Amino acid sequence: MTDLALPALADAPAKPAAAGLTARTRRARALAYLQAAPMALVFLVFFVVPLALTLMVSFWEYNEYEIIPAFTLQNYADIFEGCLSGSDLCTTARTYLSTLKFCFLTWAFTLLIGFTVAYFLTFHVRSPTTQMVLFLVCTIPFWTSNVIRMISWIPLLGRNGLINDTLRGIGLIDKPIDGLLYSDFAVVLAFVHLNTVFMIVPIFNSMARIDRSLIEAAYDAGATGWQTLWNVIVPLAKPGIAIGSIFVITLVMGDFVTVGVMGGQQIASVGKIIQVQMSVLQFPAAAANAVVLLCAVMVMILTMSRLIDLRKEL
Amino acid sequence: MTSDRPRGPAFYVLALFFAGFVAFLYGPTLTILVLSFQGPQGGLTFPMNGVSTHWFSRLWAGVGVVDIWAALWRSLKLGIVVMLLTVVVAFFAGLAFRKHFRGESLLFTVAIASLIVPSIVVSLGIGLEFRLIDDGIKALAAATGWGFLQDHGTAMGLYTSALGAHLTWTLPFGLLIMFAVFNRFNPAYEEAARDLGATGPQILRHVVVPILAPALVGVALFGFTLSFDELARTSQAIGGRNTLPLELQGLTTTVTTPEIYALGTLTTGVSLAVIGAALGAAVWMQRRRARRSLIG
Repeated sequence: MTDLALPALADAPAKPAAAGLTARTRRARALAYLQAAPMALVFLVFFVVPLALTLMVSFWEYNEYEIIPAFTLQNYADIFEGCLSGSDLCTTARTYLSTLKFCFLTWAFTLLIGFTVAYFLTFHVRSPTTQMVLFLVCTIPFWTSNVIRMISWIPLLGRNGLINDTLRGIGLIDKPIDGLLYSDFAVVLAFVHLNTVFMIVPIFNSMARIDRSLIEAAYDAGATGWQTLWNVIVPLAKPGIAIGSIFVITLVMGDFVTVGVMGGQQIASVGKIIQVQMSVLQFPAAAANAVVLLCAVMVMILTMSRLIDLRKEL
Repeated sequence: MTSDRPRGPAFYVLALFFAGFVAFLYGPTLTILVLSFQGPQGGLTFPMNGVSTHWFSRLWAGVGVVDIWAALWRSLKLGIVVMLLTVVVAFFAGLAFRKHFRGESLLFTVAIASLIVPSIVVSLGIGLEFRLIDDGIKALAAATGWGFLQDHGTAMGLYTSALGAHLTWTLPFGLLIMFAVFNRFNPAYEEAARDLGATGPQILRHVVVPILAPALVGVALFGFTLSFDELARTSQAIGGRNTLPLELQGLTTTVTTPEIYALGTLTTGVSLAVIGAALGAAVWMQRRRARRSLIG
């Protein structure tokens, strides 16, 4: 950069230098486009276009053999069939309620556990090396197979699993509890097991940026540990909490694998409906469901980001 | 809370909580690790009925009709391709974002959206896209009668639709890592190299890449492991031949012997080996750099 500043100091050929700068900037710009192009292309072909096609096909007709490019709202009408009339909940509403229940429970538990773990790592572990090692201990399972991590609950939760055996052994129950595996409980347990890492990492990241002198100041001003936690650390960790929440909510909302494996393929979820419709080749119906799911998730994310911005303004 | 104060009871409570969390995180996996060495008569749960490698040898012989080794091999190959592409594409995109360009906020938004749009939706979209491509090709073949199009099966496959599906999941992570890294990257090194007469490619090769090497290893780690374990995005975008996680998901309902634990131990072993190698490489690079800067 110095070579560009020098002519300006000499005060004579200011114009050529400026032209040189723009030429160089232009070259850098062109290079930037070239460097960003592969990523843009991948997202265009495998993300933007597929989403647009999903939206398009959701308005198409279909029969048992093929999908027909004709405009219809029938697919959406099918989804909400019976939702506006009877006093009973329609299938779609029931499924969404069930998925929302999983969502809320998973969110609450992962937030509680994730926040506590991140807090411990940031403010109570003093050596940076220990901190890094413990942080890695929390993230390593994220890099291993989710299905295997689900299967690994079978020997613990099963009818003759470790938990039932232990409870029977100490005489707390007479016969094994059946609802441990393949139940709502198992689904939420697996969700928390798999997704807490998505809370820990962003919250830890937010907390690591908190200026320690703020905490010292709160302490010197006579705040108790809880007051410092609630009035200093929680507000400053909010961006991390928001990012973690968005991750957890979208992962649970669209899930069909965890609900399938841990629910013994008996529990409905929005993702599962889509998967089943795909497998019986009802693509337009699946696409319409995907669009509705996407809208639901977007509303949840927007509400959440609105909440956070609001708090910041107050 | 800071290092000069003695540890209060809160520390011990939190440490206990953390230990409990780690047990919760690793306990189940360790359980199936132990149970995969179950004796030949043993079942899916404790007690251990002797200790043997019976279920591993059963696994070696193949799990029923499913060709598990072909699936493993497919997953490994795809994982390596995804890893390489993620590193290269994310690295260059990171460079582009440093220079700023028109549309950068759009690309960033799309990348983040790709991360948080439910996987089943992405998978369905890619599945639909390739079905429409197939329909288009078939229609073209029927209309033109061109010979080379006549026996077109499907464009879907491991290195087309599945590869794309995996990249929509790994690239955002790669980009975020590159952002974090470039935020801390001191441009003085590049300027020094430029002042000494290095060209752009030379600066990249001899200055930027060596400095960023540990981070690039991190991106590679994300690329491989996320692809190797990917299931939801692959599910509707794979075509005929499944990857290992898809086969595994199918096996959860059909296999009722510790064979599935043996498979779990094997898969986790592959993941852990890759994680270990990556972390080891990153630490080694950092040590070597520290040593060199001491000498220099």
